[in-house]
Amino acid sequence: MKHKTFFWFILPSLAAMLLFIAMPLVSVAIQSLFVEHDQVLIEVENCTPFKCESSVAVDQEATAALREERPLGQFNALGTYTNRSHLAFAEVREAWNASGSLYDFGAQLMNLPFYKALAFTITYTAVVTPFVIVLGLAIALGVNALPQLVKGPTIFCSLLPMIVTPLIGSLILFWMVDADGILGAALQRIFDDDQLSLKASHSLTWIMLIVYGIWHSAPFSFIVFYAGLQTVPQETLEAAQIDGATRWQRVRYVVVPYMTPLVVFITLMQLMDNFRVFEPIVGFSASAKATSLSWIIFNDLRGGDIQLFGSAAATSLLTILGVVVLLMPVLIRTWQEFGRKVV
Amino acid sequence: MASVAQRRSPGLIFFSTALIVFWLMIATGPFIWTVWGSFKVQGDFFSKTDWRYALYGVRTITETGDAFTGNGYFGAWIQQEFWRNAFNTVIVVTFTVIISLTMGTLGGYALARSGFRYAFWLLMAALVFRAMPHITLVSGYLLPFFEWNLWGHLPTTIIVLVAINQPFTLWMLHSFFLNIPKDMDESALVDGCTRLQAFRHVIIPVMWPGVITTGLFSFLLAYNDFAVTSVLLSQENQTMVPKIASFLGTVRQQGQVMFAVAAVVSAMVPLFFLVLFFQRQIVSGLTTGAVKG
Repeated sequence: MKHKTFFWFILPSLAAMLLFIAMPLVSVAIQSLFVEHDQVLIEVENCTPFKCESSVAVDQEATAALREERPLGQFNALGTYTNRSHLAFAEVREAWNASGSLYDFGAQLMNLPFYKALAFTITYTAVVTPFVIVLGLAIALGVNALPQLVKGPTIFCSLLPMIVTPLIGSLILFWMVDADGILGAALQRIFDDDQLSLKASHSLTWIMLIVYGIWHSAPFSFIVFYAGLQTVPQETLEAAQIDGATRWQRVRYVVVPYMTPLVVFITLMQLMDNFRVFEPIVGFSASAKATSLSWIIFNDLRGGDIQLFGSAAATSLLTILGVVVLLMPVLIRTWQEFGRKVV
Repeated sequence: MASVAQRRSPGLIFFSTALIVFWLMIATGPFIWTVWGSFKVQGDFFSKTDWRYALYGVRTITETGDAFTGNGYFGAWIQQEFWRNAFNTVIVVTFTVIISLTMGTLGGYALARSGFRYAFWLLMAALVFRAMPHITLVSGYLLPFFEWNLWGHLPTTIIVLVAINQPFTLWMLHSFFLNIPKDMDESALVDGCTRLQAFRHVIIPVMWPGVITTGLFSFLLAYNDFAVTSVLLSQENQTMVPKIASFLGTVRQQGQVMFAVAAVVSAMVPLFFLVLFFQRQIVSGLTTGAVKG
């Protein structure tokens, strides 16, 4: 295809991606260097018949005018990155000096919003991804052995948790495990504790969100593995069987190696998707106990009266940095493969 | 096929069947429970006394005289005007799908037919873009959109969703076009067609299966989105998902959680039918690129 034709064909989608994906990244980078204007203060003199008092008040008009004039805010350089709600260097140093043990240090870090969110995001990604892969493979092996007649309906039912809107899916589960819901009430009865609520404890909230994550993503890996199982050559399986391999050995030494590229693919997709975990925190109203990087950005934008663009932008940039680190192995591998192809 | 050697031990059959049954229960149970419960009153669906109340609708009978009630749906759709949000969703989803497929087929075709190095780099860039959490992009839009008075309108959201969708659409259609033999359009070129004519008369007639599959996923992305729509749409232009989120705060105070339950079930129904009719396309879409490596 000629360069010119290629250019015209790709133009609309390239323009859309440049304008709405590449430009926002630039915009985020710029915004993160600025911080909201302080309110303009003026001294007002209140005179009563007896004496005059001067007090400081907010000049609403001047503040609004200033915001209007320079919506970006005032230049703050990297100040936003290092303040308490982001990397919090000063607080981390203090915690390091003050804390006696590593555990203590970790506990103090968890009081800082950015590190708290980072800890949950990483834990969620690191726990959900392997569970999804193992569970998906198990279901795929199970479904593969089912009679042809029930395979279709089984796949249909299995797809539901993945297809349903994440917010809706998490709400449905939340209503069940809520204190008044069927599972929540059942748990209270089992443990004979009226006050038992999954929302009240840190670890239970985290477990609840992780279980949701597995429930939501397992169908994806199941479908991919199931399709992969159809391509495993029967001859190899039979050969292994003739050589005396047990069923487990056949799965371990024939099926699993065939699935390795799929595991790489699923891991990649899952890392990308789990790292942006956000909706379940809204759905489960779990933000008091568990926050994610995406959630704190959302909270800066929608949470308070004033939108903290600078703060949201700084967190966004740090998140993007995290995504790049996460994708680095894949990018390096593709780069090497591409280099080999060219040479 | 089922030779004696391949027959499985009863223990294994039991184990694998039990696993599947258990999985099906946790995969579908919550949906069945919520759909059933959405026709009850709150006292039954969130019953402290006895969970079986939700099955038989004990309080529903005392409160409304019947075991099933549509009060939740009436409250959500009519009183809370959920139909407006449903209508907005229809607009956003339809246009997002159409525009992203139009752009995606052109771009995906070009990427599949160009052997140059920059095509590869474009695909890699698309992969990186695909990994960006949507909310980080949204935080980049917000301030400029406010400044240019673009914030809050449906068209803005549609364009943004289209753009966010592009990396995925490009990848999927690119791998799909790779499967259409090069000879087809090249013979048209030899016969004197331009690229566009070859695309129009040779490729378009055979591309529909891939386009439908990709369209399904564009649909899902636009329909399921929460990060973009909840931040970029004004109150009156909200689509269903952000509306449900804002329901949560208001209805709890008024003791009208059933409105939210009904809204959730209503928003779930189209997805249910989508899976029912397009199961095969969804499965094939999920595995494109995966099985081929």
